[in-house]
Amino acid sequence: MTSAAPIEKKAIRFRARSFVAFALAPEAPLGEWIAGLDRWIENSPGFFAGRPVVLDLAALQPATDDVAALVAALAARGIRVYAIEGIEVGAAVNDLPPLLTGAREATLDGLLARNAPASAEAVPAAEAVPAAGQKPVQAKSGRTLTVDTPVRSGSSIVHMEGDVIVLGDVSWGSEIVASGSIHVYGTLRGRALAGADGNDHARIFCRRNEAELVAVNGWYRTAEDMEPAHRGAAIQAFLDGGALVVAPLK
Amino acid sequence: MGKVIVVTSGKGGVGKTTSTAALGAALAQTGKRVALVDFDVGLRNLDLVMGAERRVVFDLVNVIQGHAKLSQALIRDKRIDTLFLLAASQTRDKDALTEEGVSEVIARLNQVFDYVLCDSPAGIERGAQLAMRFADEAVIITNPEVSSVRDSDRIIGLLDSRTMKAERGEEIKKHVLVTRYDADRAARGEMLAIDDVLEILSVPLLGIIPESQGVLRASNVGAPVTLNEPTNPAARAYMDAARRLGGETLPVVVPFDKRGLFDRLFRRKAA
Repeated sequence: MTSAAPIEKKAIRFRARSFVAFALAPEAPLGEWIAGLDRWIENSPGFFAGRPVVLDLAALQPATDDVAALVAALAARGIRVYAIEGIEVGAAVNDLPPLLTGAREATLDGLLARNAPASAEAVPAAEAVPAAGQKPVQAKSGRTLTVDTPVRSGSSIVHMEGDVIVLGDVSWGSEIVASGSIHVYGTLRGRALAGADGNDHARIFCRRNEAELVAVNGWYRTAEDMEPAHRGAAIQAFLDGGALVVAPLK
Repeated sequence: MGKVIVVTSGKGGVGKTTSTAALGAALAQTGKRVALVDFDVGLRNLDLVMGAERRVVFDLVNVIQGHAKLSQALIRDKRIDTLFLLAASQTRDKDALTEEGVSEVIARLNQVFDYVLCDSPAGIERGAQLAMRFADEAVIITNPEVSSVRDSDRIIGLLDSRTMKAERGEEIKKHVLVTRYDADRAARGEMLAIDDVLEILSVPLLGIIPESQGVLRASNVGAPVTLNEPTNPAARAYMDAARRLGGETLPVVVPFDKRGLFDRLFRRKAA
């Protein structure tokens, strides 16, 4: 009759975590929006891989049954929806991602508004962690990522918190994705995708343009479609009236 | 404690094995103890180029798997007694190499030799990654043409991210060795200019090796070109490159077309 050892009571600690996630906001007509999404994915395959995405249905307001179909359609494209917001979803729909309320736009002000300990634990999911393990030398003044080593072929630099400045060359077969503008003080030979979070005002600047592709907020232009006069020259690329313009830098 | 230098390129057929043999022989001729390690498991060539293919008993995989001692597997060169070769296996494939095994072999070689030159296979997969993993320095072999330069750039990216040194936050010292440079074709614009290559790769230049028939002759007789024809322009360029590897500062001479007027008239090549 040995008595059982007393069960130790382990206190369970709840901790707060904050993450920055992409928000996808579909708009009607849904077919066109999905087609646009497919174009984006075609140009940047693997862009959504491993990134948490929140589905903002405030604009679309689909019927409850259609939500599941939309989540499935996104999953088929490799986009994992972690949460839904902007819609009233009935409690019966259990296998949908959880409904979120109170999400905040991820601006610097928004992050600072939280008290210090929580923001210290904030782990931005879309931080600049390049796929090929290249270490950008961070002179990260608030939101700008400065890279002072050449960006080698095969590297992918993603920075969804602002601008990216590259002090060297960007090689073929590498890519820079930024929510803000991209400034290359060298030769751009790879791909530059600015305004990747929906920012229409982002621009791409480079000292010498030999880019494979430039894009601002999804509007892209490949090397083939660029004027020969703009190849090898200092250019800027920006959106003007809904079209991507490539112009020389004076 | 020696230096581990990986000779790599990404692209195949640009001259890694030839350069490993030539540089290794040049370094050993100055009295340094040099070990050449062939990482191209299954497609080994370094033993052929060194003329040791009939003396291979044990190879790198045997040592890793504990079937042979390192001292049994190392083959001493018949011409230079400070030059040794550790051959690759011809019957296995790259999966037989383990990271721990390679780490141990390299560490033991490093204790005994001044230079350990690792001849990497082509590509960016496991074999190439293991060859570079424990390197202190890297020599990136590049032909002056676009696809080779692109692949070299990719390899440089891997050197900066997948080596032990890079993972520790240290910088691995890199050099570009331009091989098969043809002055004629460069003059006609058919080959990339050296400046273009260096501008794209942004890595210091170790040397420029001219295209030479001597290289083929040397590998046919099983000797590094620096031993077989030391006065050949390619051999001399390799010897200069070896001196730069050892730390000397030598100006790099761009090989020019040395054919005289008569040779040009009769279309003979000097090298």
